[in-house]
Amino acid sequence: MLDSKIPEGPLADKWTKYKDHIQLVNPANKRSIDVIVVGTGLAGSSAAASLAEMGYNVKALCFQDSPRRAHSIAAQGGINAAKNYQNDGDSVHRLFYDTVKGGDYRSREANVHRLAEVSTNIIDQCVAQGVPFAREYGGLLDNRSFGGVLVSRTFYAKGQTGQQLLLGAYSALSRQISKGKVDMLTRHEMMDVVMLDGKCRGIIARNLVTGELERHAAHAVVLATGGYGNVFFLSTNAMGSNVSAAWKAHKKGAHMANPCFTQIHPTCIPVSGEHQSKLTLMSESLRNDGRIWVPAKKEDAEAIRKGTKTALEIAEADRDYYLERRYPAFGNLVPRDVASRAAKERCDAGFGVNKTGEAVFLDFASAFKRYGKTEASIRGLSQPSTEEIVTLGKEVVKAKYGNLFDMYKQIAADDPYETPMKIYPAVHYTMGGLWVDYNLMTSVSGLYATGESNFSDHGANRLGASALMQGLADGYFVLPYTIGDYLANDIRTGAISSDSAEFEAAEKAVQERIDHLINNNGSKPVDDFHRRLGRIMWNECGMSRNEAGLKKAIADIRALREEFWKDVRVPGNATSYNPELDKAGRVADFLEQGELMCMDALAREESCGGHFREEHQTPEGEALRDDENFAFVSAWEFAGDPSESKLIKEDLVFENIELKQRSYK
Amino acid sequence: MNLTLKVWRQNGPEAKGHMDTHALEGVSPDMSFLEMMDMLNDQIIRAGGEPIAFDHDCREGICGMCSMFINGEAHGPGRGVTTCQLHMRSFKDGDTIAIEPWRAKAFPVIKDLTVDRSAFDRIIQAGGYISVNTSGKTMDANAIPIPKQDADEAFSSATCIGCGACVASCKNASAMLFVSAKVSQFALLPQGQPERETRVQRMVDQMDKEGFGNCTNTGACAVECPKGIDLSNIARMNRDFMSASVKSKK
Repeated sequence: MLDSKIPEGPLADKWTKYKDHIQLVNPANKRSIDVIVVGTGLAGSSAAASLAEMGYNVKALCFQDSPRRAHSIAAQGGINAAKNYQNDGDSVHRLFYDTVKGGDYRSREANVHRLAEVSTNIIDQCVAQGVPFAREYGGLLDNRSFGGVLVSRTFYAKGQTGQQLLLGAYSALSRQISKGKVDMLTRHEMMDVVMLDGKCRGIIARNLVTGELERHAAHAVVLATGGYGNVFFLSTNAMGSNVSAAWKAHKKGAHMANPCFTQIHPTCIPVSGEHQSKLTLMSESLRNDGRIWVPAKKEDAEAIRKGTKTALEIAEADRDYYLERRYPAFGNLVPRDVASRAAKERCDAGFGVNKTGEAVFLDFASAFKRYGKTEASIRGLSQPSTEEIVTLGKEVVKAKYGNLFDMYKQIAADDPYETPMKIYPAVHYTMGGLWVDYNLMTSVSGLYATGESNFSDHGANRLGASALMQGLADGYFVLPYTIGDYLANDIRTGAISSDSAEFEAAEKAVQERIDHLINNNGSKPVDDFHRRLGRIMWNECGMSRNEAGLKKAIADIRALREEFWKDVRVPGNATSYNPELDKAGRVADFLEQGELMCMDALAREESCGGHFREEHQTPEGEALRDDENFAFVSAWEFAGDPSESKLIKEDLVFENIELKQRSYK
Repeated sequence: MNLTLKVWRQNGPEAKGHMDTHALEGVSPDMSFLEMMDMLNDQIIRAGGEPIAFDHDCREGICGMCSMFINGEAHGPGRGVTTCQLHMRSFKDGDTIAIEPWRAKAFPVIKDLTVDRSAFDRIIQAGGYISVNTSGKTMDANAIPIPKQDADEAFSSATCIGCGACVASCKNASAMLFVSAKVSQFALLPQGQPERETRVQRMVDQMDKEGFGNCTNTGACAVECPKGIDLSNIARMNRDFMSASVKSKK
């Protein structure tokens, strides 16, 4: 049985009451307690800095050359907080409600409410650290609006909010490193967790520069290792983002929750060819002003694909603004899962607009005109020509989204001021992750998971600007309390020794796997397998899934995994810097995780959020949830092989929110 | 496109390096520079060789990890882009491209094109922060109004990605642009005032200790900076450093 350890009492009082009653560790005792934090993105840096400030001895690891490089840095849009600075009716409850609804009612009420409660502290904290958020002329903080909500609660720093927040957390971490309270190990990767007497008491790490294996013992371990979108090979994740730490924890007893819940973001630059190594996001904010369309006639779409016609030659009447057509109430601003599926539906029907047939237009022409007219009026121009209006409108759009337009031009070699952008959905975020209780502890004692690496707050679909909120909430304000309640029992334990049979065995197993990979002497590079895995996952476990496809995917992945271990070629040696070897280890884990994702998607016989089962849809093609039978968290227990994994259900109880079918029509 | 690539190979910090020449055929102009490197590595691995080690991660121009000196320029031709955002359409069929690591005493080579930039982290650790605990119990975020212009300028300085192109481009291997960007971000904000003097002194001291060279106002750093960090940051840091040194009781 899974115990989520949700405190008793009314929803709004749970967190406060909980904090009033947990055990505390006195400052002198904190000095004799060691904590390891794996990963230095928003969740990891903030946790490491906070725990060190509180007095614990912290060891932090990242595989990059500096903690500042973690992929949180690439988040664009913003961070939500229930500050209600705009006086537009926002509140903690409304943020809580929007998040649960946006997640299609598959998240835990108590965790989400806590997230909404601490969201306001995040903004105060970041400003105090010198994070340069956007401001209004009066000197106060500015906000903007994001998809799926009716208030302006998103704080931002141009299109680089993640960068500024991460550098804030990095500076707090750097301060603790300089004090000697955090031992920072860069270019280090966690290879396994080590269990002593049923508790997680350390890790095996690998120094990626020298190849040496290291034992690190501690009283508790925190995984802040991000999501696993790279199982799809092509995603908006960084090249190094991986599931390995979470997967190793899973194999040592930590349940993996809702692994099939993947967020496919609707506005990314389409794949340009076989060589593609990653995909680039175009911020959701563009959907405020861009209109999405494909040709209404198939022959026009074909002509565009062949290059005999351009978008500009398609008459207004021959364009299908399909989101506006299908969802008149929300139009182009429907949530991410809905927008992505609608794009796929049009492209599958033969209306795609690039060479591969997998792209739709994101058109700013009407925005140029609309803004241009207003601007002409402000400037007092009488009877401006259409050209003048468009030129003025382009200036306004440039001021709002200039950096995104430049980035598009750089990558796609096409000028979005002149012709519409081409976009297509891409894997962006994983709502699923390690199962955690209210304390953020996994099903393994002493092993915690924070940020994207856990499953806790976003249900089956994450709202925009909520990932940054969750990462920092977990690291700054939740974990520092909850971990104390556990560590209070360790004040008499004394230092944990890594000189034990358990550490020895874990290190030996890691060494054997590395030796196998390096001596395999196969014929194909790691990427070859990764690409093929990605193709299986994208085709069968991507934007829409069905029973036959998932069963086929499971068989294909098993076969691919077998082939990988027989035929992968890892050049070089294991005793020096060898990025190919690092990659091989990560892909080996993806080859197991991918199978579990498909199993989870197969078991969840309903459609919800980002998980769309073709068998379960309304006559209009919308996701059809089944609250009676599937209002639960799927927590998978490892049993020797992914195929043997056992499904454990945590029922989701909704006491404060009425479950409704989402409608955006 | 068919290319000739001359790439720096070096086995470790102490090893002697050399340029290796590779022919690469069938490069698409739509590839990013790093995708071209992936293609080259694939070719090398399939032929039984050891691939070229290079740093990279986000591949969207923000993490600051990629770091190649291409045809004598940090991040190659083109302004305002990192190596990962450079595309092969910037080159021509038949081109010969020379690819080297950042070269600076403070950035020792780890392998091939990968260098050790931990000196940057140590400079930040010396004072690149505001000493405030992460309790969340500070004042309300709107209690300190900050003029938009100051906030925007602080933001511009704060967009530095710490890639080290400034150091690689400088004939003295100076880190002044990097250090001054962080010093400026906090100098421009009210939150940064209490530690303004100690911060600049500590960061500059650490910069000197790491073995970076001096600034002779050539300005190559700002030209090659992928994020357009302005030279005025250096002027501001010099002013703050002078003022702090004069007031210092040491």
